[in-house]
Amino acid sequence: MDKLKKLQEKVNMIFTKCDHQAVLKKSVGEGPEQILKKLMASSLRGRGGAGFYTGLKWKFAKEAQGNKKYVICNADEGEPGTFKDRAILEQVPEKVLLGMAICACAISSDEGYIYLRGEYNYLKRKLQAVVDKFNNDIKSIMDFNVKIFSGSGAYVCGEETSLIESMEGKRGEPRNKPPYPVVSGYLGKPTVINNVETFVYAGMIMALGPQKFSALGTGDSKGGKVFSVSGDTPIPGIYELELGMTLEEFAELFGDGDTKAVQVGGASGFCVPRKNFKDTIIAFEGIPTGGSMMLFNSSRSMYNVLHNYLDFFCEESCGQCTPCRTGCQQLKKGIEAVKSKSKTPGYLGQLQKMSKTMQIACKCGLGQSVPNSFNSIVENFREEIIF
Amino acid sequence: MNIQTQIDELIKTHGKERKALMPILQDLAKQNRFLSKETLQYIGIKMDISAAEVYGTASFYSFLDITRRGENVIRVCKTISCDMKNKQLIVDTIKKRLNIGVGETSHDNKFTLLETNCMGHCHEGPVMLVNDDIYTNLTPQKTLEIIDKYSRG
Ligand SMILES: Cc1cc2nc3c(=O)[nH]c(=O)nc-3n(C[C@H](O)[C@H](O)[C@H](O)COP(=O)(O)O)c2cc1C
Ligand code: SF4
Repeated sequence: MDKLKKLQEKVNMIFTKCDHQAVLKKSVGEGPEQILKKLMASSLRGRGGAGFYTGLKWKFAKEAQGNKKYVICNADEGEPGTFKDRAILEQVPEKVLLGMAICACAISSDEGYIYLRGEYNYLKRKLQAVVDKFNNDIKSIMDFNVKIFSGSGAYVCGEETSLIESMEGKRGEPRNKPPYPVVSGYLGKPTVINNVETFVYAGMIMALGPQKFSALGTGDSKGGKVFSVSGDTPIPGIYELELGMTLEEFAELFGDGDTKAVQVGGASGFCVPRKNFKDTIIAFEGIPTGGSMMLFNSSRSMYNVLHNYLDFFCEESCGQCTPCRTGCQQLKKGIEAVKSKSKTPGYLGQLQKMSKTMQIACKCGLGQSVPNSFNSIVENFREEIIF
Repeated sequence: MNIQTQIDELIKTHGKERKALMPILQDLAKQNRFLSKETLQYIGIKMDISAAEVYGTASFYSFLDITRRGENVIRVCKTISCDMKNKQLIVDTIKKRLNIGVGETSHDNKFTLLETNCMGHCHEGPVMLVNDDIYTNLTPQKTLEIIDKYSRG
């Protein structure tokens, strides 16, 4: 426990107090070039999953042509096992808004949105009051106004182009990329979309300087990360820790002594079996995660786990492209058939081949990442799927 | 207020551009518990979008119901973390108490029971939403008390 506290204190940037007015004033005073320079120096990468360099994203949006630009905070948080964005929005909403305002200054935007998932509607009233106050407080510093946009219960709307479609009043079906949102986003205008946590780190990098941030983490994964820990653990909850920890250390801190696997990155992430804990680090160069960390002990059936994920994907696929729409269903039916012995175990090989096709042929990250959990579970827990 | 007046009012608030469609549908679903065929058609006329487009949009989102729901919609999380915390016991408790299955509405139209994907409370499961309110660390006893509260309310 003590060890965990120490590790948390080492990072401790997200949930701290911060004089957001002062930081904003200072950043606006220094101007866009300086903001981008600091952000680049920090090597901050997006905390929503894909890990794109935030400084680069803002730079592209700054350079993009457009008389109007938007800043959008992605609070759709639908990945199974993730709940840290909600905690951030409940505990330090001003710091999220601070990050958005700094972004607005960097790219010359005057309008921002928080895309809040429908499941978090109960947060809205309190958050709206904070947003109203913030909008008012910063009037003397800059011209920027934030609104809240509510989602309506679709996981795929966390995908940035689908999120935009949804905000434009359409079905949340992902677009082809390019063009990327930084060039043509909401209403066809250059748009920065970042995760809740990314905005908070961006603000703290301005407040504390890039070195404080980049001193933490690994070569390709600087800084800390907020983890959502659930499953078979005596201490489920939200923890901010340095990137680069091995899963062995992680299981030691959070496991119940009988951890057989950790699902890193939710249903679209990877399942790591105990034998690989030592050699696997939680980082972009190892296994990345948007925050979701689920622990399974030896009492759990990995067939049930995989079936639960596939069920999730079947429901949440937008249905726009065939490899995903049909693929998810066939994978689910396939493992059911192997389990019930109406197909031979060899059929799993065929399913794995099909999942490779999904990886290549699916239009968006949803379908493309179904094979992650599928293959990592089928490869490592084959007996549990068959028997 | 009849549905047409409601829609006219909402268009006054949110505007009639396409980007106003989601907030309008959300408000209507909240006020009327679901979006009827007539509702979707009238929105189409007023916002100058084909009714099929309006329907296509509404039917995409699980919170925009196009079938009639009960006064209170219960959504129990079925994702793996809650599943591991025995959400099935909670679902069974509700089923028995209300005498309905998942996806069904009680005879008195008071409750609809649904299962839904991750609600972002995996460390305090099992959890459920009743309308917009979240309930965590559920036990059968606690679940029954919550349902009683809404039955009276
Ligand atoms: C199916 C799917 C769901 C996603 N859901 C989320 C989400 O809930 N929150 C989020 O920040 N990013 C989500 N993303 C990633 C976004 O598309 C996008 O990369 C991210 O918001 C960019 O912000 P970042 O650079 O700060 O991470 C999702 C991606 C996919 C493919
Ligand atoms: S991969 Fe799946 S979710 Fe993504 S666009 Fe295709 S059908 Fe839709």
